[in-house]
Formats: sequence, structure tokens, C-alpha cells
Amino acid sequence: MHMLYMIFVDPFVQMGSAPDLFAQTLWEGLVAGVLYALIALGFVLIFKASGVFNFAQGIMVVFAALTLVGLYEHGVPAFLALALTVGVMLLLAIAIERLVLRPLVNQPEIILFMATFGLTYILIGSGELIFGGDPKVMISDKLLLPSGAYQIKMLGGFVQMQKIDIAAAIIASAMVVGLGIFFQKTRIGRALRAVADSHRAALSVGISLEYIWVVVWFAAGVVALATGIMWGARSNVSFALEIIALKALPVLILGGFTSIPGAIIGGVIIGVGEKIGEFYWGPLFGSGIEDWFAYVIALIFLLFRPQGLFGERIIERI
Amino acid sequence: MRAPSGPDVAVGEVLLSVENVSLSFGGVKAVSDVSFDIRKGEIRAIIGPNGAGKTSMLNIINGFYHPQQGRITFKGMTRAKMRPYEAAYGGIARTFQNVALFRGMTALDNIMAGRSLKMHRGFFWQLLRHGPALEEEVEHRRRVEEIIDFLKIQEIRRTPVGRLPYGLQKRVELGRALAMEPDLLLLDEPMAGMNLEEKEDMSRFILDVNDHYGTTIALIEHDMGVVMDLSDRVVVLDHGVKIADGTPAQVKSDQAVIDAYLGVAH
Amino acid sequence: MLYREAGQFKTSYRADQALFPIRQDQIGIILILLVAFVVVPLTASPFMIDSFLTPILIYSLAAIGLNLLTGYTGLLSLGTGAFMGVGAYGCYKLTTFFPGISIIVLIIGSGFLAAAAGIVFGLPSLRIKGFYLTVATLAAQFFLSWCYIRVPWLYNYNVSASIEVPERLVFGIPITGPTATVTTRYLVVLAIVTVMTWAASNLIRGRIGRAWMAIRDMDIAAELIGIKPYQTKLLAFAVSSFYCGVAGAMLVFLYLGNAESESFSINQSFLVLFMIIIGGLGSLLGSFFGATLIYGLPIVMRMTKESFGIGVTSATLEQINFITLGTLIILFLIAEPSGLARLWQIGKQKLRVWPFPY
Repeated sequence: MHMLYMIFVDPFVQMGSAPDLFAQTLWEGLVAGVLYALIALGFVLIFKASGVFNFAQGIMVVFAALTLVGLYEHGVPAFLALALTVGVMLLLAIAIERLVLRPLVNQPEIILFMATFGLTYILIGSGELIFGGDPKVMISDKLLLPSGAYQIKMLGGFVQMQKIDIAAAIIASAMVVGLGIFFQKTRIGRALRAVADSHRAALSVGISLEYIWVVVWFAAGVVALATGIMWGARSNVSFALEIIALKALPVLILGGFTSIPGAIIGGVIIGVGEKIGEFYWGPLFGSGIEDWFAYVIALIFLLFRPQGLFGERIIERI
Repeated sequence: MRAPSGPDVAVGEVLLSVENVSLSFGGVKAVSDVSFDIRKGEIRAIIGPNGAGKTSMLNIINGFYHPQQGRITFKGMTRAKMRPYEAAYGGIARTFQNVALFRGMTALDNIMAGRSLKMHRGFFWQLLRHGPALEEEVEHRRRVEEIIDFLKIQEIRRTPVGRLPYGLQKRVELGRALAMEPDLLLLDEPMAGMNLEEKEDMSRFILDVNDHYGTTIALIEHDMGVVMDLSDRVVVLDHGVKIADGTPAQVKSDQAVIDAYLGVAH
Repeated sequence: MLYREAGQFKTSYRADQALFPIRQDQIGIILILLVAFVVVPLTASPFMIDSFLTPILIYSLAAIGLNLLTGYTGLLSLGTGAFMGVGAYGCYKLTTFFPGISIIVLIIGSGFLAAAAGIVFGLPSLRIKGFYLTVATLAAQFFLSWCYIRVPWLYNYNVSASIEVPERLVFGIPITGPTATVTTRYLVVLAIVTVMTWAASNLIRGRIGRAWMAIRDMDIAAELIGIKPYQTKLLAFAVSSFYCGVAGAMLVFLYLGNAESESFSINQSFLVLFMIIIGGLGSLLGSFFGATLIYGLPIVMRMTKESFGIGVTSATLEQINFITLGTLIILFLIAEPSGLARLWQIGKQKLRVWPFPY
């Protein structure tokens, strides 16, 4: 009886009794959700245009951040390091297209999916080899990112919002809007949409698949870099980030694999759900339920709607 | 080689009847208020232009699609919704337009897979294999070899079906359907993509299956010559609606059919 | 010329369907078993047995387990590590509750516990397919990993959050614990793996194996010929988890001697998955090949480093290992997606006609 109370009543009582704490948790969840959404965005970009489910997206975030910080530590000025890192992500995209995507071009999706496992391991190994395995501090101040926090008086107490979090939310929104415009309005964007629909049809109207793939993996790399900077600014750059990045997978389940708005909404739901779950229900189970709560949310969702929030219902035809 | 399950139907009686069946996908009406029957022991052709709803019709009989309206009565039992494996257990087998074979397996294994619903030895016997499970396996292998002989595909038993030419794949698929010892065999364009010689072979097989095993057959086919030669009765669909139903001769000279499908008789 | 099967006619279906229908294969397998059971314990060094053979056998069993689910039934799982953990922790709790019962029985019993977990986490598979299912298995992996740390009951409230293997005897001989000899543990593992591999090959060749492969190749068609998809998939989860659970229990009780949550992390899941990708999806033999390569590689690298005195740290070695693994995966997927098993088949094919090229 007490157990039932603790599960179904007490958390809500706590929420009501300290609404500023609730708002704080909500805000934390929102920020985490935005970052998850950015990672999911990288997935969606690549999946839409090449049909590949890029499991390595998470490690690309870490790798990009590591490259940036590593270059700076070797004496390269901050903004030059940033530009060089962007260049590295371009090189990475070209290398992936040539060495992995092209040889596997007609293979079933599952093969390409498994190839990204290999890619993940290569990036983990070389990242650690080149840059070392210790956690690093992100050079956020050198990149002119704000630090400190706003203390907002509300709901009978205080809610603290880190300035970097606000910056992250703004930058993420800007990226989403920018990408949206890019897809809809520009020529390359249209080509990307064509390729996402049908490789063969795109080829037959003269769109170069190789070029498109490099563009899209590069774009995903840039998104990964932005995510890495944001996340590294909030909590150091380390390989633990890669596991956290896997949480983008539940986001994709909720939002669908091909929808940019879906990635955002899915990210927010997962981020908020996870934080609230951890804070109010976590103590009941022993802490750390953040490790798996997102997956359980996604799983429950899947049971009722196997194609996610925004995914298309696949009607199998034989 | 017939082991029907459920109440037996006499030759000539109605085996399957489709009553006022309608099916839509979203806004598209695939089948509208179609009714016809299939008599035991006959070969029934379903013909019509592309998009007429023929494959959808087979999919409904199979239990793969569920019609929004109407009902199907098979062997005297009416059912609203049926899962595909229930159709299989009930005695309905089919082949597909785009050959739905198990590409990772050999021809022999594909046909043996067709015996699945007749194999009953439980999990722990399968673990052991020697003993009852092996006995069952050998017995079914014997039956499957009869089918392989019948279809003359002995040389390709151990070939992975992905490597077989199209015509042979269709034959293996027919073999797999026959392995189920069905009361009703649904063939979706069995001759598609075949040359003249292959078509003659397949026609002979279909006739033999009907003669020798007494299997009732419903087939979708575009080749009018084949339809005329093989079938006892024909149903004509156009845009999801039935426009004719009768013997091949009747249907061939039906004005509506000529207008919609056949064009000028030649 | 060496491997000719011409002239070996089978006069019954029974003979045709045997596990090793070709005479050369029959001789081969008897030789291998003889070597494994008799020659190795007498002649091989304890280092060789304990560093290579025992763990490779254990991982081969886990690879077979995953192969049944992923290679044969087509359900990609990233939860292997977690299910091995269910076996390990399950066995630990069983030894706590039933100190009198033979450890062999308990190891097999922990397999059943793992099978139960497999069924629970496999239930969503009935409605979910493809990538979604893989993510669902990740849920199992992360949840169970969390349990191995946060549920102290599992490790008997041990302060170090790890499990220590108690000594257990069978027929008076120590099998587990610090007094068990290398050879004893090797033989027990070998026996269990041999029997379970034989059982798996029986399943594969019969109606259940065909049902699994049918689901993998085209589940719609499978249903239409009378195979029940839900039951078939659940059975795959159950059997696969059973094998992984037994492997996990053996890993801890007959090899490591102790374990903690890290031993059953997602890295372990990937490792076993790589074993079956490189070894060959849908091949029992490939599972052994893959386990040998993936498990053996870092050991060989370490031995090379030590014998040549190359001055790299073990951390660096591990990183090189990661890079090598990733590269191997991609290479195999590009060049030979059917893995080492297919290369082995091609090799046998060449033996058939050697010394002629065709």
C-alpha cells in the first residue's frame, strides 16, 4: 500500500510542493532533449539521403569535439581550430563515402547498418589513440560561448538557467530552421530529397549519388560538431558521451527516422521524460535509471504505435 | 496425397464462396462488392486488366488483407477475419507474382518448409533429432521427393534458390505450395515472365495437379490462350468490380469484357 | 582430389540428412573430437588452454546463441552481453540458494533463467521489426546492466558489487573456485559446448531451423505457409538466450572466477555480434571461427608486443584492437559478407578439385 502511494501519489505531491524545483527539472530535461534531438537530427539527415542508419553518429559527436579540443591543446587558436575541425569532418565524410558506402552500395540496409558498427569502433579507437582517453574541457569561452547562469525568480523559489544551455537551445533551433530551409529551397536540398525517395530515380535524372552522400555525411558531421561543442561545454568531453549519444535512438523511435520535426519533438519528450523520471521516481529504484528510462519510454511507445509518432505506416505489399 | 482438414466437400460443390466483399486502402477502393464462388475440383481463372484487384482478391482469400465488407465461406465455415497461417492450416496455399521463396535456403529446404504445418514433433524431440523427430523428417522428405519428381527439379534440390533462373524458381514455389497438400491452391500469375516452352511446362503441371491430386485451383493469369485452355470457369474483374463470370467461351464473347480488357477478338 | 565425394552415394534419406554425410567429414570430426578431448589435455600448455581454448569455447557458445537469433532468424540483437549476465548472476544466486545441487545442473538451470529473460524482452518483437527491434534489445542491455550494479541482492550485497565464485565439486573433483585445475575446467566447458553445439545443429536441420530461416528470409511468406511467426520468434529468443546464459555462467564459473557488471556491458554485446558477422551469419562453424579470431586477436597482439619488445602501452594496444576490429568488420562486409564460414566452404571447394583449378 505504501509502495503504491510512493509510486503513484508521492512524486506528484513533491512536484506540487516545490514547483520551482519542478520547473528546474523541466528545464534541465528540455536542454538535454534539445541535445538528443541534435544527435537524432544527424541520424535523420543521413537516413533520409542514403538510407543508412548511422550508428556512428554518437561517436562522431565525440570525435568532432575531441578534434577541436585536441587541436587547441596543440596551440592552434580557437577559431582556426574550429575551421580545421570542420575540414576534418569533410575529410571524414569523403573517406566514409569512398571506403564504406560506395563498395556497399547495393547491399541490404542491415549490412550498411552493421558497417556503421565497424565505423563506430574505428572512430573510438582512433579518437582515443590520437587524442588520449582522459576527459577534456571544452574551450567554450574561447569560442565566445557564454558562461554563468541566470537566476530567475519564479514559482516561489528560483530556477537557474545556465547561459550555455540557452545558447544551445538557440543554436539548435537555428540549425533546425536552417536545415529545413536548405532542404526545401536550395537545389542541393531538393536533390537530397530526391535521393531519399529513390536512388534509382535520382540517378536517372543525373544526380550524382556520391556527391550527395558526401554532402549529407558532411552536414551530419557539422551537426555532430555543434552538438559536441554544446555538450562538451556543459559536461566535459569524454567517451562516456558516446553512450549518452545512444539515447538518440529512442528519440528516433518516437520521432521517426525521416522527420526533422519528429527528431525535435521526440528529443524533448525523451529529455524531459527522462529527467522527471530520474528526479521524482529515481530514488524509489535506486539512482541511475536515466541509463535505461529513455529506452523504456520508447519501448512502451512502440508497443502501441510501431511506426513511431511521425513515421509512415508501411503497408506491406506482396 | 490429400489430407483435407475440416468438413469434406464433395466434388462439384462450392468449396469457397466470396460474398459482397469490398476492400479499400485509405481512399483507394481495391475491390468493390465482389461475389463469386469456386467449386471443388475446378480450375477457376481470375482475369482482368492491371489494377483490377485480382491480387488483392487472392490476398483476401489468404487472410492477408481483411475486407471492410463482405465475407468468405470456405468448406462451409464462414469467417470474418483470418490470420494467414489459419488459412494455411485450413487448406489454402498460394504462389506469388514476385516469387516469395526463402532465398537463404535450398530448393529442397523451401519445399520441406511447406511441410511445416504437418510436422508435429515438439521442441525436445527436435533437440535430440534421433528418434521420433528424424522419423518424421524422413517421412516428410519422402513426400517432398515425390513432389520434386513430379516437378522434375531433382538436379536443383541443393541449390540455393536465389541462384536459380526465374522459371525454376516458380516451379520450386509451386512445389512448396503443393507440399502443404492444400484443398485450394491460389496461383498468382504463374506464367509471368516465362517463355513459350516454360509456359507449356507450367500448364502441364497445373493440369496434372488438378487431375492427379484433385486440388482445386484459382489462378490469376494474363495469357488468354492459357486461360482458355486450362480453366473451367472464369471471373473477370475490372477496377475492383466483377464484370463477367462464366465459362471461358462465355466470357470471351462477353461485350463488357471485350470493351474493358480483350479488345477486338483476334 | 583429396576431398572427393564422388562415389559416396546415399541409399536412404536418413543417411542423406546426417550431420556429416561425407566420409572425409566424418573422419575429420572424429579426429577433432579426439584431439580436443584427449590430445590437448595431455600435451598443451596450461597457458594455451586457459588463455585461448577455454574462453574461445565459451565465446563460441555465446556466438552460437546470438547466431541462432540473428543469423538464422534475422533478429538483430544488441543485448547479448546482458543475457550472458543473466546466466552468470542467475547461476550465482542458484549456488547461493541450492548449495547442495551439482554445479553442472545449476549452470544449465541458469540457462533457463536467461531463456525466461529472453522471452520477456522478446515479447515486443511480436509487433516490432528491424531497427526498432534492435533498439528494444538495447533497452534490455541497459536495463539489465543497471540491475547488475543497482540490485545488490544479485551479488549477495557484496561490498565490491562483484560476484566471487564459490568452490564446487563434481564427483569429488573441484570444478569451480580457486582449486579447480585448468584442465578440469577446460574439459567441462568442452563437454558442455560439444553437447550444446550438437543440439543446436539438430534444431537447425529440422523444422524449427527451417521455420527460423523462413522468418528471416520473408516472414510474410512464412506465415502464409503455416509457420506461426510469434511463436517462432519467441522460441528463437528463448533458445538464443539460453545459450548465451549458459555461456555467461560458464564464463564466470569456469573461467573468470569472478565478475561484475562491466563484464556484461554493451561492449560485450558488440564483441559477440562481430564474432558472428566475421565468422558467418547463419553458420555454426562460423561462430567458432569468429570467436577464435575476435577473441584471439588481442591476445596475439599482446604476445607479439611482448616477444618483440615493442614499446606500446596496453591502452594503446586496446585502441589499436578497436581500430582493427572496426576495419575487419567493414572489410568482411564488403568482401565476404558470409564471413569466414563461406571462405572455409570455398576452401573445401578448392580441395575437391585440387590440383586442378576447376
